[in-house]
Amino acid sequence: MKLLNVTAGAVIAATGFCSAAFATTDLTMWYHGAGNKVEGKIVNQIIDDFNKSQSDYKVSLQSFPQNSYNGSVTAAALAGKLPDILDMDGPVMPNWAWSGYLQPLPIPQDHFKAFLPGTKGIYDGKLYSIGLWDAAVALYARKSTMKELGLRTPTLDKPWTKDEFMHALKAAKASGKFDYAIDLGMSDKSEWYSYAFLPFLQSFGGGLINRETYDSAEGVLNGKDAIAWGNWWQSLFTDKLVPGTSQDPAAHETGFIDGKYAFSWNGNWNAVKTMAKVKDVEFLPAPDFGHGSKIGAASWQFGISASSKHPEGAAEFIKFATQDKYLADFSEALGLIPATKSAAQMTQMYADGGPLAVFYGLSAAQAEKRPVTPGYVVESKVFQKAAADIADGADVTDTLDGATDQIDADIKRNDGYKTH
Amino acid sequence: MRSSLTSANRAGWAFALPGIGLILAFIITPFFLGVGFSLSNQRLISPNPTRFVGLENYRQMLDIAVVKLQAKTDAAGKVITNAEGETEFPRLRAITRNPDTPQYRGMQEWFRWVSGDTAHVVIASDVVFWKALLNTCIVVLVVAPVQAAIALGLALLINQKLRGITIFRTIYFMPVVVSIVVVSLLWRFIYSGQNGLLNNMLSLISFGHFQPVDWLGNPHTALGAIITMSIWQAVGFHMVIWLSGLQTIPPTLYEAAAIEGSSKWQTFRYVTWPGLRHTAVLVLIVITMQAFAIFAQIDVMTKGGPLDSTQTLVFQAVQRGYGMQNIAGGSAISVILFVIVLVISMIQRWLTRER
Repeated sequence: MKLLNVTAGAVIAATGFCSAAFATTDLTMWYHGAGNKVEGKIVNQIIDDFNKSQSDYKVSLQSFPQNSYNGSVTAAALAGKLPDILDMDGPVMPNWAWSGYLQPLPIPQDHFKAFLPGTKGIYDGKLYSIGLWDAAVALYARKSTMKELGLRTPTLDKPWTKDEFMHALKAAKASGKFDYAIDLGMSDKSEWYSYAFLPFLQSFGGGLINRETYDSAEGVLNGKDAIAWGNWWQSLFTDKLVPGTSQDPAAHETGFIDGKYAFSWNGNWNAVKTMAKVKDVEFLPAPDFGHGSKIGAASWQFGISASSKHPEGAAEFIKFATQDKYLADFSEALGLIPATKSAAQMTQMYADGGPLAVFYGLSAAQAEKRPVTPGYVVESKVFQKAAADIADGADVTDTLDGATDQIDADIKRNDGYKTH
Repeated sequence: MRSSLTSANRAGWAFALPGIGLILAFIITPFFLGVGFSLSNQRLISPNPTRFVGLENYRQMLDIAVVKLQAKTDAAGKVITNAEGETEFPRLRAITRNPDTPQYRGMQEWFRWVSGDTAHVVIASDVVFWKALLNTCIVVLVVAPVQAAIALGLALLINQKLRGITIFRTIYFMPVVVSIVVVSLLWRFIYSGQNGLLNNMLSLISFGHFQPVDWLGNPHTALGAIITMSIWQAVGFHMVIWLSGLQTIPPTLYEAAAIEGSSKWQTFRYVTWPGLRHTAVLVLIVITMQAFAIFAQIDVMTKGGPLDSTQTLVFQAVQRGYGMQNIAGGSAISVILFVIVLVISMIQRWLTRER
């Protein structure tokens, strides 16, 4: 008993001593990248640097596997156990802000003036999240193939038109050297569909939802332009230019590298891997289907939970983490697009003249965010199914009508996703 | 009223308590919650308060109607036909997006049949649900008898006193212990349309006459492919149950049958089969329930596609509850599934009762 008392006393004394000496506030942080060693190393490095750089706050990290991350956040929010700082996928942010999981960053928007637009999570006029990087999609091609088929190299200023793009695909198919003209990644039945294919629909002049009011998809997802997109989309599959929804994931992974596909519609995160295997690969901008070249924007971003008692501390950390050197670190290690031009200059890949600099240009010039609305998480699923069904041969108009009805019904069920 | 259950049986209750507690917490409570959710507009994530909506979710799911489309006619009143000589009908949206017929708003075509100049179109406000229901019923109707029969056949084969028979038992049982997710991934490669194992084998056997089929990419073959794979995967489990049934049949009966000079078929028909009665009831009910719950294969292999040809009820319940964040809709499907399984199990019990 005596021993216990002594021990307890010592513990109390020790704790008391610590808090008196440092007066540190503990902050918790969640991150989606568990299992990725490189990513974990950089995040830990930033946290260590931050904890050493000042004595007011101490950040501790908990990582989750990406697949179960959103579920964990939802569960924690229901249980009232959200961390102070958390990261989130850009298009999901409005849903979480609307649900009251997040609070606006207590940092003036001017602080991030130099950041790519896709890295800023602005909902309802307020900045809720900020990304250290963005992602971009490009048309992967081989210089040799382009030359052989006699194709003009498209540029940011003068991208391919729809006709040029279709000519390129048909020429590739007619050459008889490829299983399919282009790999669109149809095997990846996930957010990839919305991220990669929604820009085609937008370039045709259609969209997922009315971007002014965000209250209906009528006339946007099933209007004339959208039906034109649907017919074109279906023709890619009926003309056997693209492997369909049953594409085997391994073929998607290595098909372009192995020369099975002439082109590949792929993200910058696969660029380094591809360059190592295909010496003359080049990254071309998205074709213009009539309303400008478009690609998706917004990747993972940091924000502060609504329940955080120390938002000013969390904001300090976010400001610290968004320094150019860390943006450059992430980019160098993972091939991501640094959020600022100055950070891009610090990297091998994205500096002017670097092999991936083209992606920085794509992101700055063509990126369009997915609809910034709490309903996006549902609308995205509806789009994924519609794009897959049309690819599989469903009637275009009826499918788009059905998708429109589904989105409108969901918006109605949620009282218009009004903010409170 | 005092029975052995209530009197002086504290130890028994104590032993049962953990099990009852778990069943209460993870099966019975969620069941009642599910029924409650299905009558509300419960969302997975939402700041809006949950409201009671009565049977709205069920109405939305079950609403179905038949509408008629008259063939398009030209100025002279002659029916227009397309290049293939088929009668042309106006688009369905002429009815479903017509302000004069607001009751059909938001409904989609499930299927149609044409008689003369009229197309009868069955439209439903939730076509995917109906397709899922139909597919699930097909799965059960095929899997239950076929899997039970194959499992019995295998059980009879391995119920012999041969050297090395345990090797066969192990082989047949192996797919059961492998995770269904892994099995599904492997079969995705087997079924691959480009250079899958199945296509290659069929081509080899037919000396190249066989045209490769995209098994999971073709709406006509996808469900069959998944059913075949499911039967293969779980057949070992039911084989073991049949086997245990076979081994409860007293050998003396077989000896007596042999002395009477009964043929193999007669032995099976009059000795083995009657002895397996209870096992048969168990196997049939278990397979039926498992077949109704088919999910992992769909999720890994097709995600309900192509063209909804592999949608099933449980897959849709999960898809709605978590994907679409519509817990109420997912719960309503689960309740309907529960009612169906309950009714079928009761019918099976009644049909196989002791007479």
